[in-house]
Amino acid sequence: MLNTPESSRGIAPHHAERFPWKGIIGYVLSIILTGFSMWIGLTHAAQFGAAIFIILGLAVLQIFVQMFLFMHVTESDEGPPWQVLGLLAGLLFVATIVGMSMWIMTFNGQAS
Amino acid sequence: MAAIVEHAHAGVPGHDPRPLEYTVKDDSLKIFGFWIFLATDMILFATLFATFVVLRTHVATGPSGRQLFDVQGFIEETFILLTSSFTGGMSTFFMRRGSVRGTVGWLLVTAVLGASFVTLEITEFLHYVSIGATMQTSAFLSAFFTLVGTHGAHVSLGIVWMLAIVLQVLRFGITPATARRVFIVNLYWHFLDVVWVFIFTVVYLTGVMT
Amino acid sequence: MPISHLSHWGLLVTGDPLIYGADVSILLVSVGIVFVLTYFKKWKWLWREWLTTVDHKRIGIMYLIAAVLMLFRAGTDALLMRTQLALPNEHFLGPSHYDQIFTTHGTVMIFFMAMPFIFALMNIAVPLQIGARDVAFPYLNAVSFWLFFFGAMLLNISFVIGGSPAAGWTSYAPLAGLHFSPGPGENFYLLALQITGIGSIATGINFLATIFKMRAPGMTLMKMPLFTWSIVATNILIIFAFPALAVALALLLIDRIAGAHFFTIHAGGLPMMYINMFWIWGHPEVYIVLLPAFGVFSEVVATFSRKTIFGYKAMVSSMLVISVVSYFVWAHHFFTMGGGVSVNSFFAVASMLIGIPTGVKVFNWMFTMYRGRIRMKMPMLWTIAFIPCFVLGGASGMMLAVAPVDYQFHNSYFLVAHFHEMLIGGVVFGMFAALYYWWPKVFGFILDEKWGRWAFWFWNIGFYVCFEPQYALGLMGMQRRMYTYPAGMGWTALNFISTIGAFLMGIGFIFMAGGIVYSIFKGERDLTGDPWDGRTLEWSLPSPAPHYNFAVIPTITDRDQWWTLKEQGKQDTLRVRAEDIAPIHMPKNSAKPFLVGLAFFVAGFGFVFNWYILAAVGLFCVVILLLARSFEYHSDYHIPVDEVIHTETALGRL
Repeated sequence: MLNTPESSRGIAPHHAERFPWKGIIGYVLSIILTGFSMWIGLTHAAQFGAAIFIILGLAVLQIFVQMFLFMHVTESDEGPPWQVLGLLAGLLFVATIVGMSMWIMTFNGQAS
Repeated sequence: MAAIVEHAHAGVPGHDPRPLEYTVKDDSLKIFGFWIFLATDMILFATLFATFVVLRTHVATGPSGRQLFDVQGFIEETFILLTSSFTGGMSTFFMRRGSVRGTVGWLLVTAVLGASFVTLEITEFLHYVSIGATMQTSAFLSAFFTLVGTHGAHVSLGIVWMLAIVLQVLRFGITPATARRVFIVNLYWHFLDVVWVFIFTVVYLTGVMT
Repeated sequence: MPISHLSHWGLLVTGDPLIYGADVSILLVSVGIVFVLTYFKKWKWLWREWLTTVDHKRIGIMYLIAAVLMLFRAGTDALLMRTQLALPNEHFLGPSHYDQIFTTHGTVMIFFMAMPFIFALMNIAVPLQIGARDVAFPYLNAVSFWLFFFGAMLLNISFVIGGSPAAGWTSYAPLAGLHFSPGPGENFYLLALQITGIGSIATGINFLATIFKMRAPGMTLMKMPLFTWSIVATNILIIFAFPALAVALALLLIDRIAGAHFFTIHAGGLPMMYINMFWIWGHPEVYIVLLPAFGVFSEVVATFSRKTIFGYKAMVSSMLVISVVSYFVWAHHFFTMGGGVSVNSFFAVASMLIGIPTGVKVFNWMFTMYRGRIRMKMPMLWTIAFIPCFVLGGASGMMLAVAPVDYQFHNSYFLVAHFHEMLIGGVVFGMFAALYYWWPKVFGFILDEKWGRWAFWFWNIGFYVCFEPQYALGLMGMQRRMYTYPAGMGWTALNFISTIGAFLMGIGFIFMAGGIVYSIFKGERDLTGDPWDGRTLEWSLPSPAPHYNFAVIPTITDRDQWWTLKEQGKQDTLRVRAEDIAPIHMPKNSAKPFLVGLAFFVAGFGFVFNWYILAAVGLFCVVILLLARSFEYHSDYHIPVDEVIHTETALGRL
């Protein structure tokens, strides 16, 4: 079963990278994204509301940098990479827990 | 028939097109299981973030984040951890090329960076405690110490784990079983880096902006 | 520290005769167990065959035994409560004692009865249904069991050492905070649940990996049995809901032992945040225990109607929809907290939406029965009893979901009746159906029908007699958790009837236990491995299955694989041929899971009494055991072909 073509359909044939391009690109991107959000956060370059929106967006981009360039999230021994579905569901529930808790716990605007 | 062989034997490196850590069923199962664990850990941190966000303005008589946080301190912590995520990635890269020296070397660099991150964080916490900003001061500080401290505890555990894996790679070389361990500990490490990016954004940066 | 003024003896000497009785009976039972094991020289057997096992079937049996024992323990709590409430102004239980009993009743029923029951079923059925030799992580599976076991121990000793928790099974802050609940009782609750919860998360991960990665060749997702699908849905909820409980419990514990201010009333603490987090887990938890019951009903209805399940795809999608939507309804547990109109509206609508997929399932079960050749065996009886009960409970749930109306029902006996109707009529009836259904597969004999029918009727009649009056009591203003009530409220007659019903259920339990004992000696042996003329893969194996399950992993072509083969007269395709047998790869037994549980128990016990050195020792042992496992490289072995052939021949399959 191991050496049948079917068993390897989850992942492209593996040839070890010769030079760690993915890692270096990932590192550079993570530095740039962090630097950008620091600039937004520390220089008052944007209104508070807009700034929060931008730096959260930059943090979300960092998730994808780590997932794809460092963590090889789409790999699997055989069959589809189910972990992608699991992580996406996880992100949905993360957003739910944080967002809805904020919504519920502000008591209709009467407290903060 | 095939199913039994699949469960019983390691693939022959060189013939199997997959990376080493995926060639034995038990090892690839553990990688998948670890991904699901990361999804659960994500929810754990989400709940701590929710608590922090709800309580962040509940400073009572204590200091707020703006009064407390030292910008240079958390920027240093952030860049150290981002760099350690990269060096962890390098150890996976060399593991996949079958290099014991590269794997161990980069793992050690990663562990050292992790240790300096933890040292900085402990120093930061001790400083807050010395000026009277403790977990018992306000709901905001309870939430702050718990969220950031839980991440720090994860990192500390990761360092111990990484060192244990270094010993195993030195002893057994790069085999499917050790390759799987190197791969998984790095998944954990990159995940903690992502969590830190959110702590940096939601706790520190937003804290000093407000 | 708040309890340090108590001498160590003060933890045991409380002056309450009921607690002395418990002390004595625990002592006697322990001495009895030690004596029996020593007298029959069974210590080695216990250690080798059970305490160190990593076999999913044995772990399933241990979960099952624990669940039935805990049903008895928490059921006794229920009878004590009903005795106290039978008549007005009783003094059978004092107020604080009553508080402890309703707290442990709820806590034990949810965490130490319902959860291990569903884990038992997962362990017993899932690997056999999908054609696997074990779960994905057998060692972790054993760790999960021992975390559950020692968590349960920690909660159960609270009654005799230091005092039980008394803040309700929901343990709301600020009542559960240090200020209003000094003493170790609440710590017992927080740590016991934390320890068992870690095990639950691990089980969730384990079974998702098992089901997604270890199915027999040919079994695509849409060819999986519906019970296995229900376990997918349940475990999705477990992995996404239990971490929220872990955090809620941990933060309350930090408040109590480190003096933090998450949920206190001063220094900015927000007690409502605990309630919010508790129910982020708490509502999904309802479906975590209910979905496996849905899976059981789907198997039982198809088997005993001799028909393929009606609307398989609708059944699968409705379960997945339930598992997602049930994550968006949690605030309906605290409509009265003052979340505001928009919050309450959203959660009211979401709660009502859950009724749609649930309704789809009920209709599909009935359409499956329609024109089926129904056999009224015990599993089918419990399934049929479930439907009206669940529909009634569902209807009262719809009433509770209407936020403005909920202000009238909130925390009244109307609510008590509603959730018991869902959790007994839904979950427990489902577990009982499963108990009778898979018992022969696990133990090799069938549970006696006659005893079963007595148990069935006592349970069912008792159930309605007990809980239907409580709807009325709730509407008449009786609140939950009242330890007594004055005469002249008009509640007396209904309360008395309710108590009679509770005792009828107690008699039902005795018949059930009696039936098990009777069947051990006189029950019909299951020699075919297929006593119910089953449809799925587990019925193609002998009862009980050999410890490697499948000598040769079958190839799947059909949803009801075993049934189809029988219809075509091709059962022989699943017969083992000697030339197909290869060495079988199996995990070795290990003592470490048991020791991990023990170490967590020691750590938990230390935290309960603020003995931090003991706690540190326990946690240190946990880390050492984790590292020891990391350095373990030979945790598996191969069963030689000869041994497999020998076993299969002895089973008459070669």
